[in-house]
Amino acid sequence: MSTDQARVLFRRGIIEGLPFNIAGIPFAMLFGVVAYEAGFDITQVLGMSFIVMAGASSLTALHLLGENAPALVAVVAGAVVNLRMMIFSAALAPHLSRAPLGWRLLSAYCLADPVYVLSLRKFELGPRTMNEKLAYYFGVAIALIPFWYLFCWIGALIGKSIPPEWPLDFAGVIMFTALAAPSIRGKPAVVAAVVASITALFLSGLPWSIGLILAALSGMSAGAFAEWRREVRNAG
Amino acid sequence: MPDDRTIWTVIIALGIITFLIRYSFIGFMGGRETPLWAQRLLRYAPASVFPALIAPLILWPPATGGEPDLARALAAFLTLGAGAWSRNSSIAFVAGIAALLILLQVF
Repeated sequence: MSTDQARVLFRRGIIEGLPFNIAGIPFAMLFGVVAYEAGFDITQVLGMSFIVMAGASSLTALHLLGENAPALVAVVAGAVVNLRMMIFSAALAPHLSRAPLGWRLLSAYCLADPVYVLSLRKFELGPRTMNEKLAYYFGVAIALIPFWYLFCWIGALIGKSIPPEWPLDFAGVIMFTALAAPSIRGKPAVVAAVVASITALFLSGLPWSIGLILAALSGMSAGAFAEWRREVRNAG
Repeated sequence: MPDDRTIWTVIIALGIITFLIRYSFIGFMGGRETPLWAQRLLRYAPASVFPALIAPLILWPPATGGEPDLARALAAFLTLGAGAWSRNSSIAFVAGIAALLILLQVF
């Protein structure tokens, strides 16, 4: 019975993950193209797509390497962009941190933005067994990650022949907007989004994407504060 | 152009750090309860992190050299609307890409 349910959820994960390839594919190709232009060979492009497996942070590191920044600066900047994943990891921990070590390691590797958003939304719909949660989580992951490798590679191969007017750059922005939009409901969430956006705009000049982290933290604090105030008012 | 050694150093170092960031809480919480104040903060993570990441990119897209671009901004706005209305990221995403492609033709 429970295995059946897990199989259903695995399939649901695949089905609900697949549409995000429409964003992931151009984003992966953009990464392949930019890496190729920065002087990476095909092995290095594939190595980065497999080992780092994070588009926005890889692009940040590449951008800096292309400008001859020291390796340390490229690594730190790329890592800062990924600090958001610590928040994702903390949000998923109540659901996944009791899984066996091997599954925890693998789920950490697969923790990409759509995997986090879709899984957390699913997990919050009701209590499920660990098997069911893992089944859905890895369904989403398997629907997306192989395409990430494949299209990073294709991007590097055909890099030079992509017409420059294709808006590859913006596919990532549309993806992040689509991931965020359903969460921005209710006053505290709107407050969080507005505060985070405005802070990010003001701090965008700071080096190493520090502005991103500060903006995210101020948005989260503002949202939590708005929620707390609402509760206090309702109680009083 | 960076040399091979620099490139591999960056790939491996960034890979290890990224993995540790992802593993942090999933790996080490061991099923302990997350404190209430942390739950409250984390509830607003998606609504904060993504807007912080994209707001500067929407207003000053690197592809246009940082010049605001009406087609891109409108497409992002429509994506947001579609997502808030449908409560479904996939629908928002497909609508946003369609809007972007059409708007770039129009403007």
